Formats: sequence, C-alpha cells, structure tokens
Amino acid sequence: MVKLRNHASLSKVYILLVLLFLYAPIGVLIIFSFNNLRSTSVWGGFSLRWYRELLQDRQILSALYYTLSIAILSSIISAAAGTVAAIGIHRMHPIARKVVLAINNVPVLNPDIVTGVSLMTLFTALRLRLGFTTLLLSHITFNIPYVVLCILPRLRQIPKEVTEAAMDLGATPPYVFFHVILPEIRSAIFTGFLIAFTLSVDDFVISFFTTGSGVNNLPIVVYSMARRGINPKINAVSSLLFITVFCLLMIINKRDTNIQKLEV
Amino acid sequence: MKTVASRETRNLLQYPYLLWSSLFIVVPLVLVLWYSFTTPTPTGRYEFSISNYRRFFEPVYLRVMSRSILLAFEATLICLALGYPAAMIMVRLGSKWRNTLLLLLVLPMWINFLLRTYSWMVLLGRQGVLNQLLQWMGLPPQSILYSRGAVLIGMVYNFLPFMILPLYTSLSKIGKEQIEAAEDLGANRFDVFRRVIFPLSLPGILTGTTMVFMPAVSTFVISALLGGGQDMLIGNLIEQQFLSTGDWHFGSALSILMMVIILIAMTVVSLTDKGKTFEEGNLW
Amino acid sequence: MSANGKDLIIRLDKVCMAYGGHQVLFDVSLEVGKREFLTILGPSGCGKTTILRLIGGFETPTAGEIYFEGQPFSSVPPYKRPINTVFQKYSLFSHLNVFENIAFGLRIRKQPEGVIKEKVSRMLELVNLKGFEKRSVHSLSGGQQQRVAIARALVNEPKVLLLDEPLGALDLYLRKEMQLELKNMQTSLGITFIYVTHDQEEALTMSDTVVVMNQGRILQKGTPEEIYNEPKNVFISKFIGESNIFEGVMPQDGEVVFCGKKFPCVDRGFSRDEPVYVLIRPEDVQTVEPQSGLLKGKVQSVVFKGVHYEMIVRENGHQWMIHSTKSLKVGEEIGLYFTPEDIHVMKRNGVAP
Repeated sequence: MVKLRNHASLSKVYILLVLLFLYAPIGVLIIFSFNNLRSTSVWGGFSLRWYRELLQDRQILSALYYTLSIAILSSIISAAAGTVAAIGIHRMHPIARKVVLAINNVPVLNPDIVTGVSLMTLFTALRLRLGFTTLLLSHITFNIPYVVLCILPRLRQIPKEVTEAAMDLGATPPYVFFHVILPEIRSAIFTGFLIAFTLSVDDFVISFFTTGSGVNNLPIVVYSMARRGINPKINAVSSLLFITVFCLLMIINKRDTNIQKLEV
Repeated sequence: MKTVASRETRNLLQYPYLLWSSLFIVVPLVLVLWYSFTTPTPTGRYEFSISNYRRFFEPVYLRVMSRSILLAFEATLICLALGYPAAMIMVRLGSKWRNTLLLLLVLPMWINFLLRTYSWMVLLGRQGVLNQLLQWMGLPPQSILYSRGAVLIGMVYNFLPFMILPLYTSLSKIGKEQIEAAEDLGANRFDVFRRVIFPLSLPGILTGTTMVFMPAVSTFVISALLGGGQDMLIGNLIEQQFLSTGDWHFGSALSILMMVIILIAMTVVSLTDKGKTFEEGNLW
Repeated sequence: MSANGKDLIIRLDKVCMAYGGHQVLFDVSLEVGKREFLTILGPSGCGKTTILRLIGGFETPTAGEIYFEGQPFSSVPPYKRPINTVFQKYSLFSHLNVFENIAFGLRIRKQPEGVIKEKVSRMLELVNLKGFEKRSVHSLSGGQQQRVAIARALVNEPKVLLLDEPLGALDLYLRKEMQLELKNMQTSLGITFIYVTHDQEEALTMSDTVVVMNQGRILQKGTPEEIYNEPKNVFISKFIGESNIFEGVMPQDGEVVFCGKKFPCVDRGFSRDEPVYVLIRPEDVQTVEPQSGLLKGKVQSVVFKGVHYEMIVRENGHQWMIHSTKSLKVGEEIGLYFTPEDIHVMKRNGVAP
C-alpha cells in the first residue's frame, strides 16, 4: 500500500481519462443541443432553437406520447403482475421454483434482438397487428422479470414464522397478504416499478421489432433519424432523455443502493 | 385446516405468471426454433428442413459471423485492458471517492445506448468535433465514422462499465489481509498480483467478459449507426431477415445460432474458471 | 532467557506511531531475544497489534527505529523480511488448497518442486494435518485453518514468527490444546515467537517474557511470575488475575498502613509517608479463626467456581475477595491472614484503583 503512493498521481490521471472517455461524448452531445447553428461541431452561440423545433415536430411529439403511455401502463401492470408472480414463485415447490425462475431469467439474459424477433413471430402467429397492443405486451413481458427479481429477495427476508403467527392468531390468507406481506414488500414493489418504467423508456431493440402501424417510441424515432445522419434535434431529444433518466436514477438510487448490483 | 387454506392460495397465485411466461417467453422461442427448421413449399405449406442452417455456411455469412465474433472479442479484450487498471485504482481509493466514482461509472449504463452510440457519430463525423480538433492542430482530417474502427470504439464505449463493475466487485472482495499475508510470505508487488489478486479476481473477469461479449456479439445498432451498414454483423443480418428481406426462416436460424454462440462462450468462460482457479496457484 | 546484548534479534528504539494525527504508540522501546517467546499483552486498542505490524513491515514508524540483528529495519518491505506472521483472521488464500497455501512462500522463492513437496508434508505432519493436502480451506474448521496458517508461516523457516491473537476465534478446549502445541513448536524449532493477545491466562502460560501495554505505552516487562506477583501498578494488577486493592501509606521501608492497621511488608524504596496502593491476591488470603486473624470480617457471599469458592468478605467498610477450596457459611465471622510476602505495594502514579 505504501509503495503505491508514488503512482497515486498516475492513477488519478488514468481514472480522469476513463471518466473523460465516458462523459466527453455525452457532454459534447448536450452542449451542441444548445447550438444556434445546424452544425454539431462549430459553435454558433447559445440558443434553444432545437428544443423549440422539437415542440413543433409532430413525429417526435407522438413518439413522446407513446413512450410515456407505454412506460406508465407497462410499469404499473408489471409491478402488479410481478408482485403476484413473485409471491406465487416464492411459495412454489423448490423444483418448480427453479424452473419458473429459469424461464423468468430468459428475457434478462437473452440478447434483446432474440427476444424482439421471437415476440414478433409470436404476435404474427397470433394474428395480432403490430402496434400499440403488441408494444405494450412486449414491454410487460420484459419488465415483469425485473420486478420479480426485485421483490423475491424481500419476500425471502420475511420469516415464515411471521405469516404463521398471523394465521395462528386467526388471520385469513387475504388478511395476511394485505396486512403482513404487502407492508414488508411495498418498497421493493415501488423500486421494481421504477426500474420497469426506466427500462421501458429506454428500450429500443425489442420495441423496434414489436411495433408497427406508425406507433413509435422515442428511441425508435432517434434511431431512424440517426440513420439518416447527424441532426441537432437528436441532440435535444438526447439531452431531455438524459436528464429524465438521470432524475429517475437518482430517485431509485436514493431508495435502494442495491439496485445497481441487481442490474449487474 | 389452516395449512390447507394456505395451500389453496399458493396454488392460485402461481398460475397467472406460469401461463404468461409460457405464452410470452417459452412459446416465442419454440416458434423461432420451428421457423429455423422449416422452409415454405410452393404449395404454401411448410416442411422440415435444415437448409436455413446449411445456408449459414455460405462464405458470405461465415464472414459476417467471424467478423461479429472477432469484433466482440476485440471489444471485450480492450474493455478488459482498460477496465482492469481502473478497477484496481478504484479499489484502492478512499471510500468517499470510491462511491462517487462508482456512481459515475453506473450512470452511463443507464443512458440510452442509442444516444451513447449517436454521440460518437457527432464526434467522429467528417465535420465532427474530432476532425475540427485535428484541423485546428493542423493535421489532415480522418474519416473514422462508418468504419470498422468506429464500430469497435462504439462497442468499447457502450460496454466498458459492464466490465469495470464486476471487476471492481471481485477486486474489492479481496481482503487487505490476503495481500498482507502474501507480502509477509515474501511476495513482492508483482508476485502479489500474479498469485493472489489476479486469481482471486477471475470471477470478476469472467462476469465482465460475458457481460461485454454478449451485447457486443448481438448488437445491430452500433454497426448500423457507426459502421454505416458497410460491415454487416450477425445482428444486422437478423434484423434484415425479419424486417426487410422477410426470410424469417433464415433469420430464426441465425437467432438460434447466436444463442448457441453465446451459450458456448458462457460455458467456455465458466470452464476456464474451474480448470484454473481450483487446481493450483500456477496460472502462468 | 534474558535478552542480553548479543542475543538480541529485534530492538525497538523509541518507536512512535500515529494514524492520521491519532497517536497509538508513544516512545516504545523493546528488546526481543533469540529463541524467546515474548507475549505482548493488553486490552484491545492498546497498540499491541500495531507493534506487530511494525515488526512485520506493514507499517512504517512515524518516529524511532526498529533494528533487526542490529541493522535498521524500518524501510525494508515485508516481503524482504525473514519474519512471518500468523494473522488474526488466518488470512488463508481462498483460491488455493491446503497444500498450495502452505507452499505459497516456497513458490515465491522458486524452490524446486521436490523441496516444496518435502517441506510442505513435513509441516503438515507438524501441525497434524496429514491427508488434508487437497482440501479447500473453506472446508476446514477454525482450528484446522489456524494450523494451516501456522504451517504456512513456519514452512519458510523464519527467524521470527509473529502471532496476532491467533487463538481468538477458537473455543476454550481447542485454545488450551493449541497453546500447548504452539509452545512445543516454539521450543523444538528454536524460533523467536512474538505473540499478541488480550488473554492474560494465555500470556502467562506460554511466554518466557510478558510485556504489558496500555494506551500505546509499555507498562511492564518481565517473566510471567514477575508480572503476576509484582505488578508495577494498579492497571496491571487488575488486568492480570483478580486482586484486592486498598489505599495505603508507607511510613517507612518494610511497613505499610492500610485497612486501619500497620503491617510488615517486604517492599522498599518509597519516600516517607508516601500514599500507595496495596495489592493482595484473593488466593493469598487465608481464612482463620476470628481471634487468630490479622483482620476480622463477615462472609457476605459464597459462589462455587469449579476449582475453588469465591467469597466476598466485609471487613470494617472494605470488601475482600477470597479464593479458597473450603467453603464458609454466609454470615460467618472469620479472621483474615496473610504473610508480609503476600502484600504488594504499588506507586499511585495518579491512577485510580
């Protein structure tokens, strides 16, 4: 430990370079969203021009609408369904639980592109028209596993004796659920809800394959714009999304520092 | 009586998600598997065939596959080389700085990766910030965007935190005591690294490797935006089959293959772990 | 085994140590002889582990110098010191099996495979772990892990072995057994042991020399008998064994007044009428008939402690603790008797009893 002091300044420089590498691109992106010029490399003075243009872009506004409505709906539904699922899984026979947890982990571990195309084939086989409904179903599908993973550890922390004691004192199972279990896992449910919301706002790949009929979320619009080249409007959208995710993350982080570990 | 009552609720609660996950997780994968082993016949029906998989062995597609694996491999190696020192340094920092750095590393992971990729379009473009900088220094402009190098940069940039975090986690679990014990037994700094720190950080290296390799080998966005669609990767091929060519049978076969590659990579990685960490201390 | 000049192996000369402005060692000077079993005894936070870490090379003193065989030693890194440590939490390498843990130091020194095999198996025999070579260290019990840690250090044939509360995590029976084993190993190998503990009994049973520390200072150094029988001050007497301590005055050499009476004693060298503390060990007080005792008292409580009875006797406003193999009745009037040699007089030094 002592000998390392000689390298302390070198270490600091290295860490700074890594941080520069990670943040400079995003920083440049945000700075040029306030550029008065169309260029994303020549500074022409500060302006909110591109943000104003965003407000007039019907495509972007509709994407914003879909992004938010899908995110709100899917995270609420996932939180509710995930809670029921987690309790169900928690009470399963250990072997059955292993199987269901393995299935639950598939969307978490599988590459998004495979989840995306497999859902796409399912919706086609079911003769569902790709659009709002299919997009919502997909988001619920990839959100529930995260909610389950959020709540299960909390459920395991509730001693079995507590529920048994409650029943011994005459509580019916529904009463036990609402008055014993739910208060214990309430914060985990909310964390799961926030994660689901964030993932939903953030998702591109799965949405890309499971939507259609002009229903696009913001990432899809950003992708199609970016494919056509650099556009300062994307910078503006990026900055807004960055700030939104940043705020959400701060809330989640305040609530539970373990979430990062769960994600990793 | 009470146990009977609780058993009934137990049965009821597990079914909805069982049903849901079967329909939306298992059935889709079975469908993809079915598509990959069938071809449409002229009469409008489907027949069993392995031609989708055979088609994959045409040189064009083999090149795509080897390019994908190679790029993902390179990105993983670069992430490891950049991330390992960073994680080592972080572990040695005071707790206040360490937590701030950890947060700073986690943050980019939550920024939409489209935006992270797009930000490099802004930097690397012909009129981009980097070229402006080069010009300002009197150097000739470079065309980095829409090249293999740009794709590699994009991958490293997007996935570096996924490497550093598990490395950091496993390195921080190594107690100061084990390092002191090694020094006490005559190990200098190099010996300590080789015989204690490195072998004990293997789990982190393996997790980090999988977490970088997996998204890197399956990406189609990075290559589409930064590679300009010139160097196709397996992800782009799959996307193309499903969204423009419309050959879902071939696309499904490619998806299955991609899952197999990732499965193999994960198995290889976990096998290396068993072979090396538990036998003895001589890794090199 | 006194540490006279030519037999010295380690010498600490006015060593000070501070962590971020908080001083933990004050001018500590200490001499350790070759083949000596020296124990540093003190409550937690007294600085005893810091001394060990300084000798091991994990810390550098903020002032003063450490000499090894007469050479200044402070700037030598741990891996170049012919000293090995048995750490408090064993600190075994979790990625290596028992054999490789013990072989670690030999591999660093690039010993040939045959030598490693031979030395490790000899060590395994010494610590009674033959047949455990391939076991993972996680599968071992506390006592076994402890023995691996000892073997891992001893296999390098160090000139000095440092042991930092190595038996702390073991249960009583195992601890006793290991105490004996350690002492035997030390005698047969002829290596200097520096042993750190807060357990006074451990210190007294194993050591040639005991060093008592408190608050970063050495209070007393001596043989176990000296430390027990002639503690230099109240802190030591209370820390080592149980004791009756009374305020007293020394009118002159060989005479001490306490509990309202004058007693002959063997202590000298105090100034006239110096206020002192008087120590009498509970096992040194004999209970006799009331009329033949030096003092009279009434038994307040009797507790059976296994080997002996622990009794509290009230004597004219003073409480006496007495250890005796024969039991008395509560309320019984008795006499207390002790010889001049049983009385230990200590300077006050501003320390309250």
